[in-house]
Amino acid sequence: MEWFENGWGLSLIVFLPLIGAGVLLAIPKANEALQKQTALLFAGASFVLSVVLAFAFDFGEAGIQLGTRLDWIPAINSSYHIGIDGISLPLVVLSTFITLLAIIYSWEHWPEPHNPKAFLILMLILATGMTGTFVALDLILFFVFFEVVLLPMYFMIGIWGDRNEITVPVFNIKTQMRLYASIKFFLFTLFGSAFMLLGFLALYFRGGRTFDMLELAANGAEGMLGSGLAFWVFAALALGFAVKVPMFPFHTWLPDAHTAAPTVGSVLLAAILLKLGTYAFVRIAIPILPDQSQNWAPAIGILAVIGIIYASLACLAQTDMKRLIAFSSVGHMGFVMLGIATMTPIGINAAIIGMVAHGVITGLLFFLAGSMSHRYHTREMARLGGNQKLMPIMGAILGFTAMASLGLPGLAGFWGEFMALLSAFSPAEGLSTTLFRTLMVIGAVGTVLAAGYLLWMLQKVNFGEPKDEWAGHEFHDVDKWEMAAWAPMIAVTIAIGIFPRLVFGATNDSVVELVTNAFRGLG
Amino acid sequence: MTEFLANAGSWILAASESGEAAKLSDGGVLASMAWLIPVVPMVAAFAIVFWGKKMPYKGWDIAIAVMAFEALYGTALLLSHISSPIAHDFQIEIAKIGNMPIEWGWSVDGLSIMMYFLVGVVGFLVFLYAKGYMEGDIRFTWFFASFTLFAGGMLVLVSAPNMIQLIVGWELVGVSSWLLIGHYWEEHENSSAAIKAFLTNKVADVGLFVGAIIVSMSVGSFRFGDILDAVESGAAEAPMLAQFAFWGGLALFIGAMGKSAQFPLHVWLPDAMAGPTPVSSLMHAATMVTAGVFLVGRMFPLYLTEGFATEVRSIIIIVGALTLFLTGLIALVQDDIKKVLAYSTLSQLGYMTVAMGAGAYTAGLFHLFTHAFFKALLFLGAGSVIHSVHSNNMSDMGGLKKDMPYTYWTFVVGSLALAGILPFAGFFSKDEILASLRYASGEFGVADGGGALATIVLALAIAGAFITAFYMARTVFLTFHGEYKGHGHPHESPRIMWVPLVALAVPSAVIGFINIPGVTEVFTKLVGGREVKVLDHHAESFDGLVLVLGLIAALAGIYLGWRIWGPDKETQQERDTFRVDGLYPLLENKYYIDDFYMDGVVRPIRGPVARAMDWFNGHVLDFIVNGAGLLAKAAGRVVYWFDQRGVDGAINASGAITGAGGGVLRLLQTGKVQQYAVLIFAATVILVGGLVIWF
Repeated sequence: MEWFENGWGLSLIVFLPLIGAGVLLAIPKANEALQKQTALLFAGASFVLSVVLAFAFDFGEAGIQLGTRLDWIPAINSSYHIGIDGISLPLVVLSTFITLLAIIYSWEHWPEPHNPKAFLILMLILATGMTGTFVALDLILFFVFFEVVLLPMYFMIGIWGDRNEITVPVFNIKTQMRLYASIKFFLFTLFGSAFMLLGFLALYFRGGRTFDMLELAANGAEGMLGSGLAFWVFAALALGFAVKVPMFPFHTWLPDAHTAAPTVGSVLLAAILLKLGTYAFVRIAIPILPDQSQNWAPAIGILAVIGIIYASLACLAQTDMKRLIAFSSVGHMGFVMLGIATMTPIGINAAIIGMVAHGVITGLLFFLAGSMSHRYHTREMARLGGNQKLMPIMGAILGFTAMASLGLPGLAGFWGEFMALLSAFSPAEGLSTTLFRTLMVIGAVGTVLAAGYLLWMLQKVNFGEPKDEWAGHEFHDVDKWEMAAWAPMIAVTIAIGIFPRLVFGATNDSVVELVTNAFRGLG
Repeated sequence: MTEFLANAGSWILAASESGEAAKLSDGGVLASMAWLIPVVPMVAAFAIVFWGKKMPYKGWDIAIAVMAFEALYGTALLLSHISSPIAHDFQIEIAKIGNMPIEWGWSVDGLSIMMYFLVGVVGFLVFLYAKGYMEGDIRFTWFFASFTLFAGGMLVLVSAPNMIQLIVGWELVGVSSWLLIGHYWEEHENSSAAIKAFLTNKVADVGLFVGAIIVSMSVGSFRFGDILDAVESGAAEAPMLAQFAFWGGLALFIGAMGKSAQFPLHVWLPDAMAGPTPVSSLMHAATMVTAGVFLVGRMFPLYLTEGFATEVRSIIIIVGALTLFLTGLIALVQDDIKKVLAYSTLSQLGYMTVAMGAGAYTAGLFHLFTHAFFKALLFLGAGSVIHSVHSNNMSDMGGLKKDMPYTYWTFVVGSLALAGILPFAGFFSKDEILASLRYASGEFGVADGGGALATIVLALAIAGAFITAFYMARTVFLTFHGEYKGHGHPHESPRIMWVPLVALAVPSAVIGFINIPGVTEVFTKLVGGREVKVLDHHAESFDGLVLVLGLIAALAGIYLGWRIWGPDKETQQERDTFRVDGLYPLLENKYYIDDFYMDGVVRPIRGPVARAMDWFNGHVLDFIVNGAGLLAKAAGRVVYWFDQRGVDGAINASGAITGAGGGVLRLLQTGKVQQYAVLIFAATVILVGGLVIWF
């Protein structure tokens, strides 16, 4: 097992899907069965290895482990440096887990225009980008992985996305939803990335000519990155990350992209892609620029809470079920960002469990929305109703997931929300307690609104008598592929809810160490 | 990973050996196995969902077995506790966050034992009855799954030894009540009532969350034991808790106001009647509505100890007094028999809250205890009547006395108990509250700052006793006396329904005797068990004056009710149209509070406010985004135009260069925005990258 712990294991987890994509290229287009099996094999192997990784992981060790560092581009002192700690471990497992389930779900659910080969290749490339981002410890490497996810998702939305005509408000441009959403997604994220890259370059030149995150963090904690420029460096980084999260007011790409994307695309977007941004805050922004993080924390906290309330209110106005779920993501990520903004171990722990829970729960909601719109050929909630009668199992799973999404204690979503609020009661030293306590109360009010839009959604979709237009239709309730993809997500939601150590057990020591290292000099 | 699997093993071992419990006073096997109390129904609820339909009684058999187990376990604990007080507290760490452990566990002490007993015994009888009532229901199995979850959630709540578990149980009760109230979700009205209940509770939960956070973070522990220890150590020893106690205590009480349906968060409870009657019966008696009072009881020392949240008690007592008086009046004008009982529940919850506010811990909990029996009885009786006449309205009833003897006589016992007539159960508990109020009012020289307030509240409470008796007399006379006004032939309910009625009528009649001041103080000892951290200051003997006043008020209520609604045929017309001008519209419209919430809060938020946000998203934020995109595209065109002219003009010499340049530029013209973007991106990076190096 030594080879596994020397970084090979981690590298395999990251690159197996990419190799799978390469193999897929060689398979004739007609042979769909083999394509699916190949994709399943590689994604499955990646997931199995990530589980092995969790067993190989030393939970007593708070620092980076199971990684390696190889020369890559010596000219700019950038290396292939990978490794994980308790913060990245749950996210690595989450991404391989969701990718595998997405492939299982896809087995018999292909969006138009079909072409499974291309679709699977994109999914596998995405998987490499996502897991890679969570293990990269070099800024250039991180940037490459971070950007690798853009293109496959762009094509997924642009090609397999929603073909309905929409009119862009104000400009009155008529276009197809998929075209508008894919370009918006791509450009908006790229816009953020430009600033992020600038930030990275500034860190390189000011932080000791290295792209290594650990070295930069050590330099940063010692105050090597002065304050004048650092203020703007943090702003550039934060802008890049905030677009990805997305934080209010940089979130407007999200509702469109999620709504337009094919089911699996929405699931991967919500479950994993959004976490790249929040993860980057924890992994890069806080340790490398701790004092600037503290300067900016109040602003981040305020935007996070605005996001919670704003998104929940916007959810109440939605008539499209998928768009409602998309907006709810903005609200949930608000709780994650509130946790991060407190700069405390409790807050960052809350953020990570919040990311995992949101990944599983909202991922499942998007699966459900996709399967339902596949059957009803509409996502308009006004036309649905009585779903509980037409498809009892689907309805029950939707009810369960909505409960999980509103943060029901005993299910996974609770810990992230409650602990984020808890951490806001006593934020890190130097932050205004008055401000953060106010944010805590407003954030708590957000939970009421979240309950509101989810309950009303259930009332519209599940309850009541089915509409006349469905009379005589035969609806197939949940099929075996759907069940195979969803049952594990339900199980994980319950398991984390009852036994949060599944996540906190990994994260807590690493988070405490990260915060201690970052703020050692600030006392 | 392997390490924590190993740990998991040792926890299970530790749990069965109750390692930590040894430090506390015994309780023996009974207390150390009490984790079964919350766990069994939770597991059973899932079992019913998956296998219920395959059972001979479609899942009811699992449910009733669970409740029989709860009833027996609760009784066993109660008896054991009375013979030798138990204080057992065990917690298992399920995670650590920062340096605060998060734990599951169970506590076995007077307060929780009282609740185990109550939920178990009343729950068992209600589940028995529900078999008959729900027979033939379209979702029979699902109903018992949710009902078991509901009871289980309540048991998770009352067994909680820390804030986190309390919140978990609290929300489980909330969500299962949503399922049960909306059981007949084909009707929009019912699912709306369910949402109303959930959301009103969720509003109150903001208080619970904030309160739990404030109190726990101030102490540095979620454990009730640690929090109460901090209170006991005094304000000087726990300065942070003392500093935040007022806000923490107030926020927690707001949480309690939701579940215990205190004014002005009471609006969900009458609508909760949309659920099947057995649900109302359990929800209004032993579970859910008791949660708020239970929470205040759990945190009682915080409210009673000088230097902490003592000021909150004035708020508690005022809220309770408003609730008991205002909601009692509404009960007078209801035609739906379940609504009458619902408003009477609100009113009685007001009594409990008032007692807690007055510092009378035992009196408040005693009323909770007796009320659970007679209110469950009354609801089941009402259900029996509804089952028979197929209407909720008293205007469709009347004269059922002879057709439904068991229902009638048990209903009368319940009504007398509720009205507080000697020697029925409600008399003793209500009298104890009245006596405690007089005690708190300073008549006996134990002034506690709020003497005058307590006197006013005492007056309201006595008036409330009159109102209670008055509307119960109305209900009994309209339902069971006079002539039958409904359709079909009413009949007594099947045995499985009337047996629980009789079984509940017995404690409703006699259970008050367990706590006669100065004579039998079984209940006082029962709930005061927790290492006597509760500094109860209730009256310790009968208070002759309030006893007489209370009884007179109740008897006067019944007498007046008999005069107006009595079985006198000549006044038949008159009695149906009894109205007090001026007051009636106000009561009929429930003081317009529901309307205010609906038209003043919910509809604006769901409508204009939400739409404004959505509009802002599309027309303001996206305007900026789309505008920037279009602007970039236009800029690209300008550059292209300039380039074409410039290049063509200046370098006309080389056709090859022009061709190549045009090729590149034509790419730009294809309208693929991402290509513009890559260019802009690259240009920005080079530009600013250069600046950074140059700096």
